[in-house]
Amino acid sequence: MDTFIQQLINGLSIGSVYALMAVGYSLVYSIMNFSNFAHGGVIMIGAYFGFYAMTALNLPFIAAFALAAAGSGILAILLERIAYRPLRKRNAPFLYFIISAMGASIFLENIVIATVGPTFRTYPRVFDSAPISFGAISIGRLDITMFIISAISLSILMYIIGKTRTGMGIRATSYSERASALMGVNTDRIIFIVFGLGGVLAGIAGMLFGMKYTVYPQIGFITMKSFIAAVFGGLGSLPGAVIGSVLLGTIETITAGYISSQYRDLIAFVLLILVLIIRPSGLMGKPTEDKA
Amino acid sequence: MDWFYLKGILILSGINLMAVLGLSLLTGFTGLFSFGHAGFMAIGAYVTASMTVKFGLPFIPALLIGAMVASLVSLFIGRWTLNLKGDYFCIATLGFGEAIRLILDNVQYFGGARGWPGIPLYTNLTNVLVMNIIGVIILVNLIRSRHGRNMKAIREEELASQIIGINVFKYKLTSLAISAAYAGIAGGMLAHYTGFIQPKMFQLIKSTELTIIVIFGGLGSISGSVIGAIVLTALPELLRTFARWRLVVYGASVIFIMITRPQGLMGGYEITPTNIKKLISHILSLGNKKHSLGGDNK
Repeated sequence: MDTFIQQLINGLSIGSVYALMAVGYSLVYSIMNFSNFAHGGVIMIGAYFGFYAMTALNLPFIAAFALAAAGSGILAILLERIAYRPLRKRNAPFLYFIISAMGASIFLENIVIATVGPTFRTYPRVFDSAPISFGAISIGRLDITMFIISAISLSILMYIIGKTRTGMGIRATSYSERASALMGVNTDRIIFIVFGLGGVLAGIAGMLFGMKYTVYPQIGFITMKSFIAAVFGGLGSLPGAVIGSVLLGTIETITAGYISSQYRDLIAFVLLILVLIIRPSGLMGKPTEDKA
Repeated sequence: MDWFYLKGILILSGINLMAVLGLSLLTGFTGLFSFGHAGFMAIGAYVTASMTVKFGLPFIPALLIGAMVASLVSLFIGRWTLNLKGDYFCIATLGFGEAIRLILDNVQYFGGARGWPGIPLYTNLTNVLVMNIIGVIILVNLIRSRHGRNMKAIREEELASQIIGINVFKYKLTSLAISAAYAGIAGGMLAHYTGFIQPKMFQLIKSTELTIIVIFGGLGSISGSVIGAIVLTALPELLRTFARWRLVVYGASVIFIMITRPQGLMGGYEITPTNIKKLISHILSLGNKKHSLGGDNK
């Protein structure tokens, strides 16, 4: 029982970071109806921003976070400007967006390989490695930090979306871009903000992910799992993305703990296929309908 | 540049072309996007290699078995996922492709993640060329047939095709199965060209590469796919000297193509003898017009 609770807590902590990444996929999907596969690249660059802020610039932990978040936010906005806006203005089919996103993720991954090299890098240690123990259960300080930072960031996001005027604009645009534009919502600005928000969260997530594991150019691929979590919860639904992420994180750590860590990645993809077959709209998503 | 090097590039282009031809049918003519074709290539590669190495079959029958197995698996996948709307099918194939790779990572019989060395080198320029020519002929005939026209109708307007009595699901499934067979053959040829296969060779990036070639060449154009496969396979190889930056350029050019000329190089046009004749006569008539105009002025 203790091991189970232990795995559950580990799953919760990694799941909360997945959630930070997954909401980035979901936000863009809810507004623009396509899966922004370049988001993984933004997360990866965020991890590098944080790494170099701490090692090369010797910034304190919190300042490095701010830098990673800001850098990724700007990157995500640039990405929208360069790779998606021209397509949007032309009403291009969603497949062109996906291909453009794939091109962007190849670009981001390889520009990192070309400039700083493909080697694995480890973040400097910020926390005492001794875990905090509660009876037989011990929790790493980093895991607690990951959970707290994720929870705070997600709460702020939920507040922005749920309570502010901008958030109302985002909700309206996700409901119908055309109608919102007719009602005087500046949809270009909304999309700008959505990419910015997703990017900022990607930066935070990237840095947390890098601290937990290591930083390398192919991190973007690992973050594919947060995309799976978003599909699992229902693409386009923010609560879905969070619930899906926490579930996926927990399922993963439990698989790793009880069966074998070799099957960790496989379980995620099998889950993806199962969800798509049984309930394609995910746990919280609206069923998709064909428009005639 | 010596012939050996050039030959290598041609063989690799031919292998990519094989997979791209299949994907062209699925994406360019039926309008379905798959990010799991590397998975079908992997199935083809592993099945063909086990046929030749473990069962001692000759190369061509082994290839055909590889193609058949890939095709059968695709029927199974398609049965479950082809009803999905929009990019959900795309996501499902992506998940499938990765699942295949991760399963192969754990199958020790095939060497697991470390890979499988010592596969005999049967693939050469002649059989790649022959395979591709047969592949193109089959594809052209298929597309020109009633079935091909039905597939194009589905690409243009799925709901309307359904209403006029086309069995949309059946055609989508057929298209997927044929494209998987092409990918399977490509995988088998790849295994017997490199002599070594590893699940890592069939990552998502491979599927992406194939899709990019189809788009670059132009959706709905077989000649476009041929040109795309040769150019996009050869280009990175020829750019080896600045190896570190070639994929950066590659990624940037994909975005550039999407925002400037998304219909691709050929954009639905084909290079056929009649079209070439038309083009030549068009150019000639342009010249004649100029000439006669000049005559009037005199």
